[in-house]
Amino acid sequence: MSLTAINLRCIRQDRLIFTDLGFSLKAGEILWVQGRNGAGKSSLLRMIAGLLKPVSGEIQWKGASVKEDPDGYQDQFRYIGHQEALKPVLSARENLQFWADFSGSHNVSAALKEFDLEKIADSPVGIMSAGQKKRTNLARLISSPAPLWILDEPISSLDTHYIELFKKQLEKHVAAGGMALLATHQDLNLPSVHKLDLDGPRGRNNE
Amino acid sequence: MAVDLHKFANPARFLRITSAIFPWAAIVTVLLLAVGLYLALFASPEDYQQGATVRIMFVHVPAAWMAMSIYVMMAISSATGLIWKHPVADLSAKAAAPIGACFTFLALVTGSLWGQPMWGTFWVWDARLTSMLILFFLYLGYMAIWGSFDDQSKAGKAAAILVLIGAINVPIIKFSVDWWNTLHQPASVATMDGPKIHSSILTPLLVMGLAYTSLFLTIFIIRVKAEILGRRLRILRLAHVED
Amino acid sequence: MNKFTNLIIRDIRLAVRQGSAFTMTLSFFVVAVTLYPLGVGPELNILARIGPGVLWVGALLSCLLTLDRIFQADFEDGSLDQLMLGSLPIELMTLAKIIAHWLTSVVPLILITPILAVSLNMPADGIWVMMLALLVGSPVLSLIGAVGAGLTVGMRRGGVLLSLLVLPLYIPVLIFGVAAVEAAIAVLPMGPHILLLAGLSLGALVICPIAAAAALRLAVE
Repeated sequence: MSLTAINLRCIRQDRLIFTDLGFSLKAGEILWVQGRNGAGKSSLLRMIAGLLKPVSGEIQWKGASVKEDPDGYQDQFRYIGHQEALKPVLSARENLQFWADFSGSHNVSAALKEFDLEKIADSPVGIMSAGQKKRTNLARLISSPAPLWILDEPISSLDTHYIELFKKQLEKHVAAGGMALLATHQDLNLPSVHKLDLDGPRGRNNE
Repeated sequence: MAVDLHKFANPARFLRITSAIFPWAAIVTVLLLAVGLYLALFASPEDYQQGATVRIMFVHVPAAWMAMSIYVMMAISSATGLIWKHPVADLSAKAAAPIGACFTFLALVTGSLWGQPMWGTFWVWDARLTSMLILFFLYLGYMAIWGSFDDQSKAGKAAAILVLIGAINVPIIKFSVDWWNTLHQPASVATMDGPKIHSSILTPLLVMGLAYTSLFLTIFIIRVKAEILGRRLRILRLAHVED
Repeated sequence: MNKFTNLIIRDIRLAVRQGSAFTMTLSFFVVAVTLYPLGVGPELNILARIGPGVLWVGALLSCLLTLDRIFQADFEDGSLDQLMLGSLPIELMTLAKIIAHWLTSVVPLILITPILAVSLNMPADGIWVMMLALLVGSPVLSLIGAVGAGLTVGMRRGGVLLSLLVLPLYIPVLIFGVAAVEAAIAVLPMGPHILLLAGLSLGALVICPIAAAAALRLAVE
């Protein structure tokens, strides 16, 4: 199991964000994408998730271009964006249940337990705090499991206790042979992590 | 240099070819317009019922032809842009839109000027005029969507989707408006179906049609050029900001 | 298919829980239609004459106001990204959302039409055909509307643009819809009009989900 990006180029509004960007990620590895605001962290993650088409370059899953089997690839990852993708009028459980059904899995109660959400599982998301919403969103990683996690700022608005909890989940996932692509400002102090710095020679900032 | 100019390599060839055509197109436009207007306004016979008013038709009918064909051209161009991702395709549809809108407007104005002596009022909900009016709305929507996106390549794709949906709808709208008009047709009102085709009338109509086509081509070349150069200017400015 | 119906059920559930959405559109429809007698005078003959047109235009405008609900909320809270990434093809996902919109926003309008029709002095034959015509023709409103909503999703001031894009495309439905009701009132055959409306709905059903899906792919980029 491997994810490879080759010579990705990203242009937004006629502006070059990055070019010739490549990396490769194997089972059990974490890639930490670093960079300033506007360096293209979110764009890269959206590109890997297939939401944004690269101007040129290729993304490969298990050595084959994802274009060959886009549907098959879509089942292999879970994308967690900036926004929580939760409906305020539904409870945490209902939200998770919908997304679990939508991706054809059903581990909702386990997910609620792992992220310490059982007590508030049946209150509407609309009255939750930002951190609680974030945890509910992250719980989708457990309720709809997938080998590759694509996480855009997963720990923003979490307090230290829950950052530790999230790190444990992440380490468990990697230990079980999973992979993660992570964009954060904060250093998570993970023991073994590969780094991809978008401010480096591939980005526009050093040209 | 921040952004590849390879995306804009094609425009270079496009610019070269169009620059060569441009002076000829301009000359042909002037000649055809002069001949066409003379034939239409002086040489053509007066209608035994409508008098000189019938001559408005020579301005009106070809304008209506242009209004329709420019929309079709935009749809074809946009389809090309969506399928083969040719960078000039979206820009040329964008460049054609205001010209098409102007021809539509010309058709509307001349139609209502013709209507005044014929119907005694400047506006009658005639089938052809109503279709033209709706086409004008479609042009307005198309131009508005270009203005509503910050990202021009996104705007191009969105406008392409819109114009394709519009093009599928144009015949349906035309059909429904004709249907509506026959249902509500008050008896004994002159319609704008145009004069009966007769060679003394057909020649000026065709010459005017050709004159409009080359007028379109002339303005179109200027506008596409301006679009391409505008795009380049934007990229150069961005590069300047970033260096 | 399960995911498809699940998505429809979710959207309906969201609309029901938010509640206010239903009542606001309905209130708008009622108020808009009420303006006509106040504007043109209460003479029953005139009202009966313009009734079908007034109801159809009212339904068109009310539907227009609800279009941004199809994708806007999902776009803003990131759900749209997730919906695009699901294993349900995007065209079907779009269709599910369109069906949910039609059920929650347009069907209530159809149900309230008889009351408004009576207030406009429409004969009983006309009322039934009015409802039939709306039932057959109104899917076009949601379908074409979804394309416009997809194109304008995420735009500031998208609403005005949306109406400029969508309203001209609604004209055929309006014409055939009103013609069906007027035919019924004049005791003429209304079959052809209803069939034309059905044809428009089927055509839109084929084309619009594809176009709306293309618009959404663009929107999440």
